[in-house]
Amino acid sequence: MSYTSVLGGRHHRFDTLARLLAAASPERSGDRLAGLAAASERERVAARWALADVPLAQFLAEPLIPYESDDVTRVILDTHDTAAFAPVAGLTVGEFREWLLSPGADAAALAALAPGLTPEMVAAVSKLMGNADLVAVARKVRVVTAFRSTIGLPGRLATRLQPNHPTDDPAGVAAALLDGLLLGSGDAVIGINPATDSPKAVRDLLELLDGVIQRYAIPTQSCVLCHVTTSVDLMSRGAPVDLVFQSIAGTQAANASFGVTLGLLDEAYEAALALQRGTVGRNVMYFETGQGSALSAGAHHGVDQQTVEARAYAVARRYDPLLVNTVVGFIGPEYLYDGRQILRAALEDHFCGKLLGLPMGLDICYTNHADADDDDIATMLTMLGVAGASFVICTPGGDDIMLNYQSASYHDALYLREVLGLRPAPEFEAWLESIGLLDDRGAIRDAVGGHPLTAIGRELAA
Amino acid sequence: MSQITPGDSELWSSLRRHTQARIGLGRSGSALPTRHRLELQAAHAAARDAVHSPFDPDAVVAGLAGMPTVRVRSAAPDRLTYLQRPDLGRRLHAIDRAHLPVGEWDVVFVVADGLSSRAVHEHAAAVVRRTTERLPSWAVAPVVLAEQARVALGDDIASAMGAVMVVMLVGERPGMSAADSLGAYLTHRPVPGVTTDADRNCLSNIRPPMGLSYEGAAAKLAGLMGRARELEATGVALKDESDAVVPPT
Repeated sequence: MSYTSVLGGRHHRFDTLARLLAAASPERSGDRLAGLAAASERERVAARWALADVPLAQFLAEPLIPYESDDVTRVILDTHDTAAFAPVAGLTVGEFREWLLSPGADAAALAALAPGLTPEMVAAVSKLMGNADLVAVARKVRVVTAFRSTIGLPGRLATRLQPNHPTDDPAGVAAALLDGLLLGSGDAVIGINPATDSPKAVRDLLELLDGVIQRYAIPTQSCVLCHVTTSVDLMSRGAPVDLVFQSIAGTQAANASFGVTLGLLDEAYEAALALQRGTVGRNVMYFETGQGSALSAGAHHGVDQQTVEARAYAVARRYDPLLVNTVVGFIGPEYLYDGRQILRAALEDHFCGKLLGLPMGLDICYTNHADADDDDIATMLTMLGVAGASFVICTPGGDDIMLNYQSASYHDALYLREVLGLRPAPEFEAWLESIGLLDDRGAIRDAVGGHPLTAIGRELAA
Repeated sequence: MSQITPGDSELWSSLRRHTQARIGLGRSGSALPTRHRLELQAAHAAARDAVHSPFDPDAVVAGLAGMPTVRVRSAAPDRLTYLQRPDLGRRLHAIDRAHLPVGEWDVVFVVADGLSSRAVHEHAAAVVRRTTERLPSWAVAPVVLAEQARVALGDDIASAMGAVMVVMLVGERPGMSAADSLGAYLTHRPVPGVTTDADRNCLSNIRPPMGLSYEGAAAKLAGLMGRARELEATGVALKDESDAVVPPT
């Protein structure tokens, strides 16, 4: 079926739903690289006019990638909840935008609606929304998950403490870990990107993190972001795996390029649940995503990068994850060229993830060949904080020396908590209080000489 | 102002022996102290300048001690396009393709700006010279100096020249601690559009004195090339077992 609109006396025609969605997308380099972008600014707006008139139900009738050949499409359609969809089933995309912005679309209504929405529906409506719309709607959504800490409660902002080291040196990791803990970071997860995927190296890091968490009774969870098959192997051999991590994407072929199938994820999920290591909840999975990964793998099937990204969230929600984040500026300027495009993508991904019912956080970041800097980090952090992001990733000084990119710093998270009055996860906040790291306003106090936690560093430095 | 007690400051300086991470920076309110903010900006500025400073082929020629060279451009006309269109950076400019000398070459070395022309200006010529010195019996093609180039441009070049192997020396994406890191990619019988990164062997962080030395890189490369010739393959089939012959960097 084709889609048409008339703008300024000129007739515009879009042959497929995928083509229409791509043309309606806000400008980004990745869609140009894929040859999918609107040919002109007027064509972009014409596509939005046409998209506004498309019934939401059309996304159920016209899969962007065939059901027969793509298991992500099958997950999306097989798990679609018709009863939950009912309140918006008669709306067009344009009417859906207005419904989402209305006071009636409150936290309860949006939570009830989530199983009735597909990634394509939320991606479509995001293309009609401005940045402020994406903030205003996302902040109404509450997604609460838990393991040893509770993520996503109103008025809270959690952080992933990311103490990466280029050679996984235990002392180097511990040094960055101590720095983060003393700055109140780590309530979402203490998560390391390992330099190698070798089971021995991953297990050493897991033991290190588990040791610190147990010794200081820190109400948080650890994760070493290795391949899912490595986690499955390590769990079977008794390694202390709290969360199973995997990078995922929005098509079967892109997931295959990561060496991932739904069957593998199912197996890992069951194994992690069986360990019962959580104390206040049973959400055991951690996923990362990011616009451009499907195109990078040559597996986007002619679907624009933001819509493919949203499809990855259908994979994620199958596993009730504790944490999901988009690594929004990591992939480089050929997908998101500058701070403006990265900001837009961050707001879209957070909005789509939240509407689909995910505990969405962000790695707000950029590489040195993108046109972005630390001011862009501050802008994105502030907007995503207002939008109610569940957590953000934090590194020492905002500089990841292992992955060679810049992300938010521990300091940035303190800034965000301060200006927006946000607090850490409740269990973690109580722990910070108990070890004397909070002042009487509940803010992080400077740990003066000899704080017990500094033993983490003193022993390794000795 | 930042509040670090003398005891803490000692702790952090001892921990800094274990990591280059920016730890123990102190705080001004929630923010970084001025000095650390400016240090971050200085590192970012060096990286940005390395990405955007133009490639100067003459700087490389000067270091090649009279080796013959030929200059080519990719299909990406400028830096802005290059950064957004990796596909164009992997294809030869149509006119320049015709300038490449066809022959029975065992190997062609391509010196390519990649994402850091600074790395190429500083390190590439030395690596080419020291590697070719270790390959006296090889038919080495004129060194190709390639502008606005991605790694896979070497596939197009080798295939146009009839070279069996290509060594692509290319400026790596600058990080905050190093903006002058050179990478080397070895590919046997590349086919443009078919060859993937899994078909290559890579040395990265060629950057004396902090990273891999020129001698170390040359020894590893020459070793890999010798075995690639025997195996008639590069990539996962060819593991890097040459560590033993590399002098300490």
